[in-house]
Amino acid sequence: MSFEAYMSWVLTTPLNQIMDRYPVCHDFFQNLRIGELHTELTLENALSHVDSELLQEFGMEKHDILREFCEFLTAFGREAEQGVRVRTVTILGGTDKAGDSEVKEWSISVGEIISVVGPTGSGKSRLLADIECLANGDTPTGRKILIDGRALSDEERFYMEGRLVAQLSQNMNFVMDLTVREFLEMHARSRMSQNMEHTVKRCYEQANELAGERFGWDVKVTQLSGGQSRALMIADTAYMSASPIVLIDEIENAGIDRRKAIDILARKEKIVLISTHDPLLALRADKRIVIKNGGVNRMIDTSSEEKLCLEEVEKLDAVLYWMREKLRRGEELKRELLVK
Amino acid sequence: MKLITVAGPPSSGKTSVILKLAEALSIENGKMGVVKFDCLTSFDHFRYEEKGIPVKTGFSGKLCPDHFFVSNIEGSVNWGLHSGFQLLITESAGLCNRCSPYIRGVLSVCVIDNLSGINTPRKIGPMMKMADVVAVTKGDIVSQAEREVFAFNIRQVNPSAKIIFINGITGQGATILAKQVQDAAEITSLRDSRLRFTTPAAVCSYCTGETRIGEEYQMGTMKKMEFKGDRV
Ligand SMILES: Nc1nc2c(ncn2[C@@H]2O[C@H](COP(=O)(O)OP(=O)(O)OP(=O)(O)O)[C@@H](O)[C@H]2O)c(=O)[nH]1
Ligand SMILES: Nc1ncnc2c1ncn2[C@@H]1O[C@H](COP(=O)(O)OP(=O)(O)OP(=O)(O)O)[C@@H](O)[C@H]1O
Ligand SMILES: [Mg+2]
Ligand SMILES: [Mg+2]
Ligand SMILES: [Zn+2]
Ligand SMILES: [Zn+2]
Repeated sequence: MSFEAYMSWVLTTPLNQIMDRYPVCHDFFQNLRIGELHTELTLENALSHVDSELLQEFGMEKHDILREFCEFLTAFGREAEQGVRVRTVTILGGTDKAGDSEVKEWSISVGEIISVVGPTGSGKSRLLADIECLANGDTPTGRKILIDGRALSDEERFYMEGRLVAQLSQNMNFVMDLTVREFLEMHARSRMSQNMEHTVKRCYEQANELAGERFGWDVKVTQLSGGQSRALMIADTAYMSASPIVLIDEIENAGIDRRKAIDILARKEKIVLISTHDPLLALRADKRIVIKNGGVNRMIDTSSEEKLCLEEVEKLDAVLYWMREKLRRGEELKRELLVK
Repeated sequence: MKLITVAGPPSSGKTSVILKLAEALSIENGKMGVVKFDCLTSFDHFRYEEKGIPVKTGFSGKLCPDHFFVSNIEGSVNWGLHSGFQLLITESAGLCNRCSPYIRGVLSVCVIDNLSGINTPRKIGPMMKMADVVAVTKGDIVSQAEREVFAFNIRQVNPSAKIIFINGITGQGATILAKQVQDAAEITSLRDSRLRFTTPAAVCSYCTGETRIGEEYQMGTMKKMEFKGDRV
């Protein structure tokens, strides 16, 4: 709905109906410290019972509130109705640091996992940043990004920039002082989730499946172990993040099932780009982008030979996992157990 | 010359964002200048000078830095014009949360960091509400969920602002801000321009130097809290 449509809705509808439809409206009035409103009236009429001195502290008159409330509804209504939907991202190549052309055109689609490899300083982060800012020949690489095969209009670009990409990295921590349940509910609410309880529950279960050790609903997120936090972040990004693209900057070996972690993201229709040199993750990807001197130098489809290598790597990884578990339980390692 | 006003709570990352913005804009050396408005001390000029960016610092001392801003912005603009800048940026550390150094028709950026608490966007007031762009820093150390809830809380207060996540250390996201700056209006003077929001209706006896506590010393505009009915 447009701003005008919301305005005529607000002018004719009792406030309580609007608030039932969009519970987030409660926040709007809280932000203005308006506690008691006659919500059985329309907003315009309800406001005539509100102390106008209070509103003046916020620099507002009644008509300002009416307008801002409709702007608020327009913004959040759009959020609930459409969000950001993407099927494919196409990268039209630019030039590397020496000014030579790179791979001309390549695409990635939802459900695909792409790894990005290259030495330090080669331009991996630049590539990810070009995607994030929907480059349009206006970054040092000259790359252009198309969404679903076409260039975006200015308005679409404005809306999408900053919402396209979710990020996960090793340095991230929880800082909110909330329990796991409160945390997930808060995120779900901000997504204007229709089916909040269900999503929250699925997300919690998935996180517990990924984490080695289970955690309860009522633990503070800040008290989770490294592996548990990472598991919760990954499940939350898969189930609740608004962004269709997920950039992962290595997943450390924090006792979580790394392979399952990226599979979950791919299954939830995300485009997963992962900057890693971990063979387990790099080979799990469908494609590998090789960056050299600032340009995309090669794209390698993970071959069936490499998939066989992956099986070997997984066996090695299982051995390491097993050894870690033994150490964790305070046991001793024996060589002959290693051989099998 | 383009003018941009940048404001935000202390240590939110204003200087870092401005420096990364300068890199992303790749303006010719000496064609961009900064005016820093602060209260008592500031070390920002070292960081700007290190990058070859001309900088002037003004201290508001016992005045609110935003009141100080309004009385010095015209002078700043004249300094920028005489220096032949293409871009002038003002950096102010908003302190009272009720002020906002934004001018109608001039691109205004509020810088706030993800660590400052999830409800901070709902408390900051005009500095956030009146901004065209809200730049959110320090996203590299919190979870995606916290970034999204933070953005949600910003959108509640200012649904029309453009929210940009910027990493003040790596510069990620600065390109998006640079695009906004490229579209900013050119100005030749601020004479008769207007602030977007009134500064607080202060002027009480404490504004003018009173330090004693007690009813008899309180004059001018005063506001009293209600304690009636509470348990004593
Ligand atoms: N991790 C991280 N740190 C940041 C980021 N942005 C800024 N910082 C750090 O935060 C601190 C404060 O940044 P400044 O840019 O000086 O903040 P400011 O708002 O200019 O501060 P004042 O002018 O003193 O009010 C510095 O140590 C920065 O390195 C960011 O995105 N991530
Ligand atoms: N095609 C290009 N043209 C010009 N400059 C480029 C190009 N690609 C990358 N750069 C610049 O090179 C620098 C290093 O790139 P970047 O930070 O992306 O490397 P990286 O691969 O992420 O390194 P690390 O592994 O250390 O994180 C950046 O300043 C980036 O903007
Ligand atoms: Mg990098
Ligand atoms: Mg500073
Ligand atoms: Zn003030
Ligand atoms: Zn006073």
